[in-house]
Amino acid sequence: MKLVIIAGPPSAGKTSLAKQIVKRFKDELTIAFLKIDVVKAFEDLELKKEFGILTKKFYSGDLCPDHAGVMVLGDAVEWGQKNAAELLIVESAGLCLRCSPYLNQGLGIIVLSSISGIHAPEKMGAMVSLADIAVITKIDLVSQAEREVLIQKIKEVHTRIILMETNALQGNSLNRLYDLIIKSRDIDRDKLMLKGNPPLGTCTICVGKKEVGWKHHFGVVQKLDGQIAEYLYRGE
Amino acid sequence: MIFDITILPGFDKNGCKEQYTYIKLKAGDTVSIVGPTGSGKTALISDIELLAQGDTSTKRRIFVNGEVPSDEIRFNPAMKPIVMITQNTKCFADLTTEEFLQIHARARKIYDKQVIQKTIDLANNFTGEKIKKDTRVTVLSGGQTRSLLIADAIMVGASPIILLDEIENAGIFKQEVVNLIHKAGKMVVFVTHDPVIALLTKTRIIMENGAVKKVLYQNEPEIRAAQSLLELDKKIGTIREELRAGKSITFDLPAVNYA
Ligand SMILES: Nc1nc2c(ncn2[C@@H]2O[C@H](COP(=O)(O)OP(=O)(O)OP(=O)(O)O)[C@@H](O)[C@H]2O)c(=O)[nH]1
Ligand SMILES: Nc1ncnc2c1ncn2[C@@H]1O[C@H](COP(=O)(O)OP(=O)(O)O)[C@@H](O)[C@H]1O
Ligand SMILES: [Mg+2]
Ligand SMILES: [Mg+2]
Ligand SMILES: [Zn+2]
Repeated sequence: MKLVIIAGPPSAGKTSLAKQIVKRFKDELTIAFLKIDVVKAFEDLELKKEFGILTKKFYSGDLCPDHAGVMVLGDAVEWGQKNAAELLIVESAGLCLRCSPYLNQGLGIIVLSSISGIHAPEKMGAMVSLADIAVITKIDLVSQAEREVLIQKIKEVHTRIILMETNALQGNSLNRLYDLIIKSRDIDRDKLMLKGNPPLGTCTICVGKKEVGWKHHFGVVQKLDGQIAEYLYRGE
Repeated sequence: MIFDITILPGFDKNGCKEQYTYIKLKAGDTVSIVGPTGSGKTALISDIELLAQGDTSTKRRIFVNGEVPSDEIRFNPAMKPIVMITQNTKCFADLTTEEFLQIHARARKIYDKQVIQKTIDLANNFTGEKIKKDTRVTVLSGGQTRSLLIADAIMVGASPIILLDEIENAGIFKQEVVNLIHKAGKMVVFVTHDPVIALLTKTRIIMENGAVKKVLYQNEPEIRAAQSLLELDKKIGTIREELRAGKSITFDLPAVNYA
């Protein structure tokens, strides 16, 4: 079974891209689709209705959706394999800018919209830098010059990523993506690992203590200007 | 260097194959694409801009110099021989005009530092309200945005093929753009509803239902018609400027006769 994980901010065009991938491969491969979201999602119903493929959704609730993803992906892979799926597509919620849902196997795709602003790719850290492929959507809504400015900006920040542009409603120019999916190797369920570093462990905020101000908390906490250990992630 | 591009037929909106074997456009050609709204004009020039390989909704294929273009030409802006002015009149990038042009120059590998100011100066020839280099591109008016993008296409894009989608609606000075047609060497493709621009081009592609319906070539009477329409257009332009400047018209307008 091949694995494609699609991440990206809300309304970037993740589902639209997933639909194009399904449209392209549905006659060749048995496809399963999983949507991970926090409180509400309709993608499972939508894709089931439109393409008649196997779909499922999972709500992460109080957990960071990427965090939740790590825990349920093992089950999801099992679910896909049990149903003889040859391609599993996972659409993440794309809300946590600290984490990234990509694994050491399969393809990780970050979906970015041309109209979400020029600084968005810089602010998204791991969600962009750990992806294999960046797909820029909504190119029908901006000028060619602006598309090229955006691409240049992403290239300067994320030098290794494979970049593509599309109108995700029509699926223009996605042949390169389809080739990469065809060439991607089947995953080995026992060797799946999260690509990025998970966020640091528990503190009193994690377990639900609501008082504001660091004095009330212990564990991994940080003052506004204060020192924290060098090895802790503090954002850029 | 680009000498020609070839458009190979795709399918219309009903899935029927287009009725031509190929359309070849050569360096220096001037082309207009006409047809009702929704007939697929923008789709056709987008196919050219993307150098489509059966991977767009029309399923057309575009060859460069008789061959399938390499990925390098298709996907690296610095290698891309095509600039396109779309119908969009808005920029979303939170950058000043200067920063926008600087990044675009880097993308297109243009190292001449003066190009930024030259581009802004050229843009200011196309539009009434002046653009400054520290103006944010997000606050430019529709006409200013279009003017900047056209100037950027010429100076920064600096490509042998230029595609323009309905520039007549942009509130910019058409005469300046018509002069651009006559700039030697470039292949210019206009999507247009403007009879002056349509008649001025050597080749005319007529669209219907997502497909190319006909390809016509400029004939002798059309060249003359274009000239007199151009005269008329200039007069209308003069009157427009008088009205804009708050003047009254105190002379009789000439009657028009096209018999
Ligand atoms: N014009 C245009 N609209 C697009 C494009 N891609 C997506 N859209 C529209 O953008 C909106 C959001 O697209 P989705 O595919 O649902 O985005 P998403 O990332 O799955 O959104 P969430 O899952 O809700 O975070 C929809 O209205 C789409 O029709 C595109 O390339 N061009
Ligand atoms: N050959 C085609 N097959 C399928 N859809 C098409 C085709 N040509 C155009 N379309 C679609 O029809 C709509 C209108 O086309 P567009 O190119 O915007 O028209 P115009 O620029 O002439 O107003 C667009 O959504 C476009 O993608
Ligand atoms: Mg979605
Ligand atoms: Mg159009
Ligand atoms: Zn997280």
